[in-house]
Amino acid sequence: MITPTLPPVTYLNHKYGVMSWLLTKDHKRIGILYMVVVTIAFMLGGVFAAGVRLELTTPQGDVWSADTYNKLFTMHGIAMVFFVLIPAVPAILGNFILPLMIGAKDVAFPKINLISWYVFVIGFIFTVGAMVFGGVDTGWTFYVPYSSSASNTNVLMTGIGVFITGFSSILTGVNFMVTIHRMRAPGLTWFRLPLLVWALYATSFVQVLGTPVVAITLFMVVLERGLGFGIFNPALGGDPVLFQHLFWFYSHPAVYIMILPPMGVISEVIACFSRKSVFGYSFVAFSSVAIALFGFMVWAHHLFVAGISPYSAMVFSLLSYAVAIPSAVKTFNWAATMHRGAIWWKTPMFFVFGFMGLFLVGGLTGLFLAALGLDVHLHDTYFVVAHFHYIMVGGAIMGYFAGLHYYWPKMTGRMYSDILGKLSALLIFVGFNLTFFPQFILGYLGMPRRYHVYPDEWQVFNVLSSAGASVLAVGYVLPVFYLMYSLFKGEVAGANPWGATGLEWTTQSPPLPENFPGQPIVEEEAYDYHKREIKVA
Amino acid sequence: MLSGIPLFPVQASTVAPDVDRLYFLIIAVTSFFAIATVIAVAIFAIKYRDDSGEKVGAQIHGSIPLELAWSVIPFIISMGIFVYATVVFFEIVRPPAETMEIYSTGKRWMWRFQHVDGKSEINELHVPKGRPVRVTFTSEDVLHSLYFPAFRVKADAIPGRYSSVWFEATETGEFHLFCAEYCGTKHSGMIGKVVVMEPSAYQAWLSGSDGQPLAVRGQQLFQQLACVTCHLDDNTGRGPSLAGLFGTTVELEGGAKATADDSYIRESILTPQMKIVDGYQRLMPTFQGQVNEEGVMGLIEFIKSKAATARPRPAAAQPTAAPARP
Repeated sequence: MITPTLPPVTYLNHKYGVMSWLLTKDHKRIGILYMVVVTIAFMLGGVFAAGVRLELTTPQGDVWSADTYNKLFTMHGIAMVFFVLIPAVPAILGNFILPLMIGAKDVAFPKINLISWYVFVIGFIFTVGAMVFGGVDTGWTFYVPYSSSASNTNVLMTGIGVFITGFSSILTGVNFMVTIHRMRAPGLTWFRLPLLVWALYATSFVQVLGTPVVAITLFMVVLERGLGFGIFNPALGGDPVLFQHLFWFYSHPAVYIMILPPMGVISEVIACFSRKSVFGYSFVAFSSVAIALFGFMVWAHHLFVAGISPYSAMVFSLLSYAVAIPSAVKTFNWAATMHRGAIWWKTPMFFVFGFMGLFLVGGLTGLFLAALGLDVHLHDTYFVVAHFHYIMVGGAIMGYFAGLHYYWPKMTGRMYSDILGKLSALLIFVGFNLTFFPQFILGYLGMPRRYHVYPDEWQVFNVLSSAGASVLAVGYVLPVFYLMYSLFKGEVAGANPWGATGLEWTTQSPPLPENFPGQPIVEEEAYDYHKREIKVA
Repeated sequence: MLSGIPLFPVQASTVAPDVDRLYFLIIAVTSFFAIATVIAVAIFAIKYRDDSGEKVGAQIHGSIPLELAWSVIPFIISMGIFVYATVVFFEIVRPPAETMEIYSTGKRWMWRFQHVDGKSEINELHVPKGRPVRVTFTSEDVLHSLYFPAFRVKADAIPGRYSSVWFEATETGEFHLFCAEYCGTKHSGMIGKVVVMEPSAYQAWLSGSDGQPLAVRGQQLFQQLACVTCHLDDNTGRGPSLAGLFGTTVELEGGAKATADDSYIRESILTPQMKIVDGYQRLMPTFQGQVNEEGVMGLIEFIKSKAATARPRPAAAQPTAAPARP
């Protein structure tokens, strides 16, 4: 057996120096640039979360002042939602892998791609600036009239930061849409596309159609706060509930921006490590499109107790159940993919196992909240907090980690420790459940979210949750070490260390600056594992 | 370890057992799917494990009958949950015909409750057991949400409009009352307790009242704000008569109709130009800023009392001070 060696010319070494990175138009380098910023945001958001969990170990408000606590959970939410969950898979993995998957040299608009990173960074700097110069305490949802008239924190600066960041998301969405339409390799028809590409395509639509709405909405808050407009102020004939409609018209679909791309990653990884084509390819592909579409029609389920008519609540409850079906279809197809496969127990697959467990709980608890009679009790309690963390962290971040561990050898040309990778997946799974499962119980007991102080009888569950958070933290920090270590000492991976199908695995790792030596041509369906002779180096 | 630590909140209202039944039903259904899927994944992962990485799986691309089965069956089940949950929801949001009225305002960071007999309290609410109670409330500043976990009800308090929750307590005792919508610094301090009492004890508690009945205060405001000069009971004034108005359907300018409920009256006092009764002119000034939320609640209670005493119209009756509660 020949030990692979690192290729002589790669996108990483053909140019050196800071400027070669900051002015790069290479989608792969831009993906890495995103990874740097998102990782910083993830650590920042993690530190804020630690602050929240530390406070909640005791019922009294004895670690932070109430105002500091309110800023901590607000900044945790803002950092995680806008600077981690939304960009993690599309902007990091999507940027890196999408052109490789479709056999293209780059995205359709490489300069715009770089601009969208700069826009992202400017938005991030504004937001971090707002955090450094006193913070913000409105909750990540910026509900009026609190955000427009009552809060005396840096709402303007944060709003502007998030507003700017939105453009990055829109530009990336447009870029991906055009790339997928126009730049597929010869022979790569729509129904030969890897499912991650389908997921990114559906996500791009949501980004392009939804993000302008939240941008305008936050801009209106800025106008309201800065210039005294009365759009949301009842004393001036405005309506605070209008804000909630506008906000959730984006922010509910944003959930699908966060979860669809990781779902795509899961399809890739599960096919590769089951050595099998994805069960029901077209159902999985169309379920992405269906989720993106239905996702726009369920926003008012965030308003069941906000004074909307009971009949419109009925309609939104019905539609919310409808959007659950395509997610269920995906889950069943993934499980079926493993049937009669040849399951290779490697790190990325461990993250998939974790994803399956956590996403199931997250998705199924959505059925509790869509149930009108139950939501009246559960709304704005810890049940909701637990539910969306199961989706966002258990689903989206687990999917991101699966993708990161799957594509890491492609990105860097080197392998990481498989044992430590599995250990990390296990720690995250256990820590996550310990952190968030007790919160379902707390929620049904009636503990409202965003509480700095809480009744004594709930301490046990809060202590369990905080203990779980520390296990979770270890699980998240561990990869930083073994992945960094792998950069220098990791085994050389070779072009296709997983024996995977797909164009991205036919080129060297790390890829050439122009991705492929020539124009690749596609002559087979996606995930044609059964046709191959797999040799794992 | 968990002895003495509750996993479920106490059931203290008529709807609470229905909500809990719904909860347990959904737990049963979702647990079945979750456990079945996890077991399938675990069995496949172990049974088909191959750590050489060099074997390939079977050539299976999918199955239309299976896809249909696992789309249609979950859909039917979720529609069943939807219908059941919606029935429970209407039970929660639709109060019975006869309810005891309590008014409330939320502001940072306290809840003030106003009983129609005049008694008011802050962050505490006394209610009788076995009698439907409806709390009508609004916010004086930002959003709040009035939440009674033991009764399984909540609704947001929204500045500029009325919300309401109703419940019929089934257990005496003290239960939590929370603000569930984030409202700033002392959000988690905007809490209190609801005290459910035997009806006789409640009556005794009420009779310790020091304040005037709400309708009387409303009547005084009605005089002070000079409402009385236009809204004459015999319908000869420049504004429509308010006697017997509450709960009726009002014909508006342009042919629209409105129900004269709390929200309608509140709107007509604060932004009178929004809805004009057919046949009347746009004369009424706004009372925004001249009367606070509690004053508006007093006026509403007064107008309601006219409904009870002054029907049928035209009534010669002077507005009486009788609170006229059932």
